[in-house]
Amino acid sequence: MSVSTQPTEAARHRRRRFKVDRDVEEWHGSYVRYDIVKEFTLALIVVLLLTVVASILFSSPDDHPVTLKSWATANPVDFAQTAITELDGTSGTAGYGPPYNSTPGASQDIVGPISLESAFGVHHPINTMKDYVIDPLKTLPNAPAVHAALTSYTSASPSLQQKWTGAYEKGVAKASFSNGSLGLPAGDYGPVAPMIASLTSMARSGALDGALVSSSQFYGTDYTKPLLFIADGTYMANLGAALHLQGGQWGMMNETGSYPGQAWLWLYTMWYQVSPFTTSSNADAQIWGIMMILTLLLALVPFIPGVRSIPRKIGLYRLIWRQHYRSVEVGGAGGSTGPPAPAS
Amino acid sequence: MSADVGTPAPLATGAPAPLPEDAGQWTARIRRRAVGAFPPERLLPDRQPAYVASWIYVFGVLTLTSLAVVALSGAVLALEGPSWWHQSRVGLFVNSTHLWSVELFFFFMVVHLWGKFFMAAWRGRRRATWITGVVSFIVSVGTAFTGYLSQQNFDSQWIGTQAKDGINATGAGAFFNVLNFGQMLMWHILLLPLVLGLIVVVHVLLVRKRGVVPPFPAKTAAAPALAGDVAPAPAATGGEKIGEQQ
Amino acid sequence: MPMLSADQAASRVFGAIVNLGGPGTYLHWGFIQISLANFLVIVVMVVVFLAAILLPFPHRGGPRS
Repeated sequence: MSVSTQPTEAARHRRRRFKVDRDVEEWHGSYVRYDIVKEFTLALIVVLLLTVVASILFSSPDDHPVTLKSWATANPVDFAQTAITELDGTSGTAGYGPPYNSTPGASQDIVGPISLESAFGVHHPINTMKDYVIDPLKTLPNAPAVHAALTSYTSASPSLQQKWTGAYEKGVAKASFSNGSLGLPAGDYGPVAPMIASLTSMARSGALDGALVSSSQFYGTDYTKPLLFIADGTYMANLGAALHLQGGQWGMMNETGSYPGQAWLWLYTMWYQVSPFTTSSNADAQIWGIMMILTLLLALVPFIPGVRSIPRKIGLYRLIWRQHYRSVEVGGAGGSTGPPAPAS
Repeated sequence: MSADVGTPAPLATGAPAPLPEDAGQWTARIRRRAVGAFPPERLLPDRQPAYVASWIYVFGVLTLTSLAVVALSGAVLALEGPSWWHQSRVGLFVNSTHLWSVELFFFFMVVHLWGKFFMAAWRGRRRATWITGVVSFIVSVGTAFTGYLSQQNFDSQWIGTQAKDGINATGAGAFFNVLNFGQMLMWHILLLPLVLGLIVVVHVLLVRKRGVVPPFPAKTAAAPALAGDVAPAPAATGGEKIGEQQ
Repeated sequence: MPMLSADQAASRVFGAIVNLGGPGTYLHWGFIQISLANFLVIVVMVVVFLAAILLPFPHRGGPRS
């Protein structure tokens, strides 16, 4: 700091009123020996020890991921019920809106008509009929019946397609699975039945997982397509519920098994448990808005009169600085030099 | 402008003595400001005010060292790549150290936050210290989030498919795709640690610059002798030359 | 408690002395639902915070004026 500016700064400071929740008294008191490097080293050793001990005691969780294969193997009926909604565009992903597709009215609004979701558009386009059903089936080798069914479906009029898919949705709600194949009540499903049956077999073999990840390139690191497909079904949702990970179960804070999770997310997930957010279709956007505002307020606490007075009013500081306040009583006016404070 | 520090002595190696116009160089200006704000005794002090006498004060350094262990364990994971911990018991152990050091990091950081709040540690021109602390917390939450998304197991699948709705609702989902493992991993191991590291460095430097916040006045109702914020002052008393000033 | 599928039931965790892979315990108070693990973490945080404030701090030696 340059000496030349100090008088001006001090004069300016003297003109400001002292506010006890904003300003401090200059410290004229004593200093004690302090080894900052030693402190850091000791802290590092303590943390390393705690970390290693916890790791030896508890290890870490690693629940196997769900695959289209594991899903279709464990619950082929649920898979087929989801697959038909991908084909006819009634699945969650199909009707999601931006950033996956442009379903009108699907995006969430923060307040009134303001939708940031729509503003940014469709950046990860997914056409569920094509991406989840038609294109994967086209890759099947030596499957003339399936290819014939595909041709029949894609060349049919939209109203005929809807007739088939509508009938199949009704039928698959009562479906069963035995001896490796889906059994539906009799109905006019057209080419849709062999298509979905074939897709189910493809999923159970593992081929669908590969087809969806590597659909655009060999080295896939983007799992958007298979994950959205899996999330459209109830299989993954049931697993999540069993592990207390659902939104309505304060799931954001939780970890699989009995491990501690992310306790620091308590306030974020709390809003999902209270009305009106429990029933709002815009809950995600609204709660993000609330958390952004609260975060800003936390950062700006030093500027908020009233809030910044809370520490002084609560008085916990008297415990923290009790040695100092005792030495002040013994030695005289605040912060002045005097005999060392009595050991506490 | 150069009158305050004076011209340095010529280097022993026989390099030419600095000229008056050297003081205007960007390098010289930055060096002067840096050394002025952070003389060595302030960067690495060996004294601190007597009022720093509570165990609550160790939680800052515990948070910092936890972050160091997080980074270290993460670096070991990076050596072998993201699938190692699923296939190897040693890898699983290293992953465990990464997880538990993160739990410790948040534990200590929140206790540190509580302590700083109840000390009203923003007083005396320390508002930037408080703000950088809050920002560190938020960025840490984001960094941990991308870490959970990079696990390549059921937990990451769940978190991704659940979190996408909130993020899509803000429009950020167009650019920040939580279902894109490659993107989330790179944010987690490079971009966010860089940002977090930078903010933490600024935070720690601010603590060194301003010093540890003094207590509330002994009689909080009474106004002290010197009104206004504390400007750095010369050594306190008794001829002690100390870097740590309030 | 719904049965976990093959995917999840085999959550045995390698090398752990204390197996935290089994189904968690959850505490309920009104609308609050919290895992035992998280609850313990929070309780320990509060205890540690209070201990940090209350425990006597060793009197440092060194130059005093």
